[in-house]
Amino acid sequence: MNLLEFQRRMAEDVMRPLTPDFQMRPTMSDGSSTQARAESYIKPNDQLTSFERLEIYNRQYWFRVTEAVAEDYPALNALLGDTIFSRLILEYLKENPSTSFTLRNLGSKLPQWLEAHPEFANRRQDLTLDVARLEWAYVEAFDGASLSPLMASDFTFLTAESNLRLQPHLQLLDLKYPVDELVLAVHQETSRRDIMSNAVSERKQGSKVRLPKMRRSPIYLAIHRYENSVYYRRLDHEAFLLLIALQNGRPLGSALEAAFVQSSLSPEGQAAKIQEYFSHAAELGWFCKQAENEG
Amino acid sequence: MPANRFNGFSEYGVGIGLRVPHYDHIFAEQPIVDWFEIISENYMVDGGRALEILDQILDRYRVVQHGVSMYFGSAQPADREHLKRLKTLTRRTKTPWLSDHLCWGSVDGRYTHDLLPMPYTFEAVRTTAARIREVQDFLEIPIAVENVSSYAEFHQSEMTEWEFLNEVVEAADCGILLDVNNIYVSSQNHGFDPFEYINSVPVERIAQIHVAGHSKFEKYTLDTHDHPVLDPVWGLYARAIERTGPTATLLEWDDNIPSFNEVHSEALKANQYLESSTPPAIPGAVVSSNVTEAVHP
Ligand SMILES: [Fe+2]
Repeated sequence: MNLLEFQRRMAEDVMRPLTPDFQMRPTMSDGSSTQARAESYIKPNDQLTSFERLEIYNRQYWFRVTEAVAEDYPALNALLGDTIFSRLILEYLKENPSTSFTLRNLGSKLPQWLEAHPEFANRRQDLTLDVARLEWAYVEAFDGASLSPLMASDFTFLTAESNLRLQPHLQLLDLKYPVDELVLAVHQETSRRDIMSNAVSERKQGSKVRLPKMRRSPIYLAIHRYENSVYYRRLDHEAFLLLIALQNGRPLGSALEAAFVQSSLSPEGQAAKIQEYFSHAAELGWFCKQAENEG
Repeated sequence: MPANRFNGFSEYGVGIGLRVPHYDHIFAEQPIVDWFEIISENYMVDGGRALEILDQILDRYRVVQHGVSMYFGSAQPADREHLKRLKTLTRRTKTPWLSDHLCWGSVDGRYTHDLLPMPYTFEAVRTTAARIREVQDFLEIPIAVENVSSYAEFHQSEMTEWEFLNEVVEAADCGILLDVNNIYVSSQNHGFDPFEYINSVPVERIAQIHVAGHSKFEKYTLDTHDHPVLDPVWGLYARAIERTGPTATLLEWDDNIPSFNEVHSEALKANQYLESSTPPAIPGAVVSSNVTEAVHP
């Protein structure tokens, strides 16, 4: 067994799912004994068998990765409760192991994954999805890139053909429930920690927070960073459509058309709205210069 | 060694890890701290508060980068994107040296995010040394490799852990971040004499030392970094300092983090050993009755 074969074997063992009560499984998926497998490369000592030594790493792995994802989704945890949430995180991670040197991205596919797994949504699929999407948008807004913004004075040079780039940290969501209230309530109770540390991991349970009642009522939300804090800002439908069109690379003229295609506002009303959007965007630094090679 | 080519010829004293719960205290009180160690990965982000905080810290303090995901012992090549981001950060911090662990943790693009122990084989020596050289050449700063705590030993191993460490650092021509707590934890788990380990390490390559707290369970000892340094670890530290002379020392406290002052004063306990040691170290010298006791348990 060369070094690569050794590492493949041990990685497979370390990342193998645990039993429901967080012990190492006695058998592998092909039915063969984990004990025999552990003995094939790990020495026992006078205190621990090969199995028990491997189990330390197997458990550590699952504690570490589940904790990393759970930290990004405290509101989802509060909404679903500890039992369902823990199962959801485990199932998600079985299908989406880490493929990056940083734990920062480990939960990135959770909203998408949840869409395909309504069984975890507690019969409130739309609400659950909204919360998950908003919590991941928070992560992106928290440490996404920030480019030098366009000033109000730059806007005088804009034409219908201009391409406006949005700040990479700015996230846009259309949500079926006003989950900004729910997520804010939970996030105020939980503090963020470093992404990675030298410490071994322990199992932690989510804190109990009283959740605001949620009734279906669509909102459009911008999640953005301003002076290093993340804010949620509700948008009207037209502003949302405009920003989405710009984010998709449509030139300004066409983006404005998309924004007001179904609008009942008069041309004057639309002009006033556009004025308002641009002054807010300038204030918050949402538009930025195109990178040189992007034209 | 006080200042050597493995720590960029710097003479750093006692530092602590820069951790989120201490930010407010650091900015409000501006305490005197010799240096901070940062976990590189927490600042390898595109933007946001972490980088702004780091810049403010860099204005006032000396910072050294410590990584947890380079996996020098991995059988497969380093991730170029990771290396590029790391280099960008080293330019920002101007870290005089950079440390990461003598371990592995990923294979075929899957990451365990753990510091997994190596099989101590000659093949692993060659692979690991080549990887350290590659990273050192790319980053253009001195690299120090840190010994990890381990809970397993392998049938494949052809040498002891300290022989493996010595072989790797000689072949890679790199420095050592000697974690005396990790030596203690592993000695408890594998039944070796930790002083034999410390006595065999090439002192001229020691760039930095880590001390930390650990937890003892019924059948094994875990590297938890969640409370003060225990006496046997200070004993090993004393012996290490006796051999090396004053060396940059850092206390790791990563979980159940108490107040800044509590962490800092725990770290500053290292000064009683550092102040009584004489550079260059005279091997076997009796520097104080306190230390003598610890050295000869
Ligand atoms: Fe360490």
